[in-house]
Amino acid sequence: MTALLHVDNISKRFGGFVALDGIDLEVQPGERLGLIGPNGSGKSTLVNCVCGTLQNEAGNVLFGGEKMDGLAAHQRTHRGLARSFQLPRPFHSMSLVDNLRIPLLYTVHARSGPLRTAADIEARCADLLKMVGLAAKSRQRPRDLTQVEMRKLELARAMAAEPKLLIADESMAGLSHSEIEDILALLRQLNERGITIILIEHIMSAVMSFSQRLAVLVSGKKIADGKPEDVVRNPEVVRAYIGQ
Amino acid sequence: MSTIKFSIVVTAIGVIVWAATHWLGIDYAYFAGYTILQLIVLSTAWNILGGYCGYVNFGTAAFFALGAYSTVFWYKFFPMPLPVLIVLGSVVSGIVGLGMGYLTLRLRGAFFSIATLALAVVLQTLVINWDFVGGSRGAYVIHPENFELAGLSVHYIEYLFVLMLVLAVIALVTARTIERSQLGYGFATIRDDELAAEACGVPTLRLKLIATTLSGAFMGMAGAPFPFYIGYLQPQSAFALDYAVNSIAMPMIGGTQSWVGPLIGTIVLGSAQQYATVTISSAVNLLIVGLMLVAFVIIAPNGLLGLFEQLRGRKKP
Repeated sequence: MTALLHVDNISKRFGGFVALDGIDLEVQPGERLGLIGPNGSGKSTLVNCVCGTLQNEAGNVLFGGEKMDGLAAHQRTHRGLARSFQLPRPFHSMSLVDNLRIPLLYTVHARSGPLRTAADIEARCADLLKMVGLAAKSRQRPRDLTQVEMRKLELARAMAAEPKLLIADESMAGLSHSEIEDILALLRQLNERGITIILIEHIMSAVMSFSQRLAVLVSGKKIADGKPEDVVRNPEVVRAYIGQ
Repeated sequence: MSTIKFSIVVTAIGVIVWAATHWLGIDYAYFAGYTILQLIVLSTAWNILGGYCGYVNFGTAAFFALGAYSTVFWYKFFPMPLPVLIVLGSVVSGIVGLGMGYLTLRLRGAFFSIATLALAVVLQTLVINWDFVGGSRGAYVIHPENFELAGLSVHYIEYLFVLMLVLAVIALVTARTIERSQLGYGFATIRDDELAAEACGVPTLRLKLIATTLSGAFMGMAGAPFPFYIGYLQPQSAFALDYAVNSIAMPMIGGTQSWVGPLIGTIVLGSAQQYATVTISSAVNLLIVGLMLVAFVIIAPNGLLGLFEQLRGRKKP
């Protein structure tokens, strides 16, 4: 089976600081991958390079067999790569419905497919809001939402683009235990619909219960990749997290 | 209301405004009306980039002057009817808007604004040193006393007034159509968060270029008839600070997130200015703008529209 996402030896520097140092990563269609690492290990930089927010200096990113290098972020979104941001970045001046309308108008509508009329788009927005449990607040602005609702909106907006791969960047940080369960259930539900998911997270219990495979970044290098149970027992990973 | 219905309503209002001014029968009404209509076009144009996309352009005067000087150029080189000159003026300004977009849109916030200000200075220097369009001496553009078409004869100022009225209608209809279209949603995402917009599939660079081009073209359109209005065009009057300040202040006072904002702001501020010009002096204009801008920034940072929404929100249980 060919990989959906193939990150081939990519590197990224910020001045003298090496943020990513020759990372290789493969993600199979339908997989749930957990990506962990201490703060500053390069997780978000990797996401930014994969999604086109940053351009990697060396190596390639292949998505669905197509080379992504040089493509702008919106072009990658059109090809089926979606992400949520670590700190939610909703469109503040718009209602929740309109927040979801954007990816529908600009990504899904742009592909040839259903969603032709305004009513189709309206119905799809309502579906998505219902899925994340925000239907009652559809006409409100993001500033009226709680933290967990904001994260849900962020995920719903990423979902609205109908991606093949969803990268959830720390979408549970700062949430309570039951809220984390909420988000995990949502992500599992998406995965069951056939969407490949990369979960970046610090909360180990969540990562361990969600991921089928775990990759660990430390100082811009991938130090482990494999079954979650094996990876957390890997001495190098233990050293990186707990120290010697 | 659909765009067609809206266009009909705005056109009808335009006709009423014209009829009322015609009925007054005073040439001064046309002069004053022209100035206000010109400001409606300018502030609406500014708002397409500044209000919808959140990119503050300090170079309104440059685009306005480009339109005006395009007219001076063609007037000397190959005279054509004014409506054609208006189209040419907006094309020139639109192209420069596109170019400016390419060069400056990687800048954000104050840096973008400084770049637009620099553009105005560069263009003014070029015009001052271009003898064919009058250089620093300025150029005379003499309009005939009357405009005649198919046996109909009206004062030329009335003709200019009607032209500017048509341009204002076009600008308002365009702005409102954009606001409610996919393009308008895209512009709003740029204003709110460009990174998130890209992640949602919005081609932000392309949209920003569309905005700078449209905004520039409308500003040039407003400037093109200006030489005929003023009769003698010199760089200082075409590149005047007033245009830049007014086209920012008026949407700010009215409210920047909707087409109505610049319209309301212009009517309020423009009328106050015209009144002050007649009763006190024309020099007091900028003082009025400054004071009102300060007052609004404190009392109603989202303009009159924002204030209205706030009051309406409070009334609701």
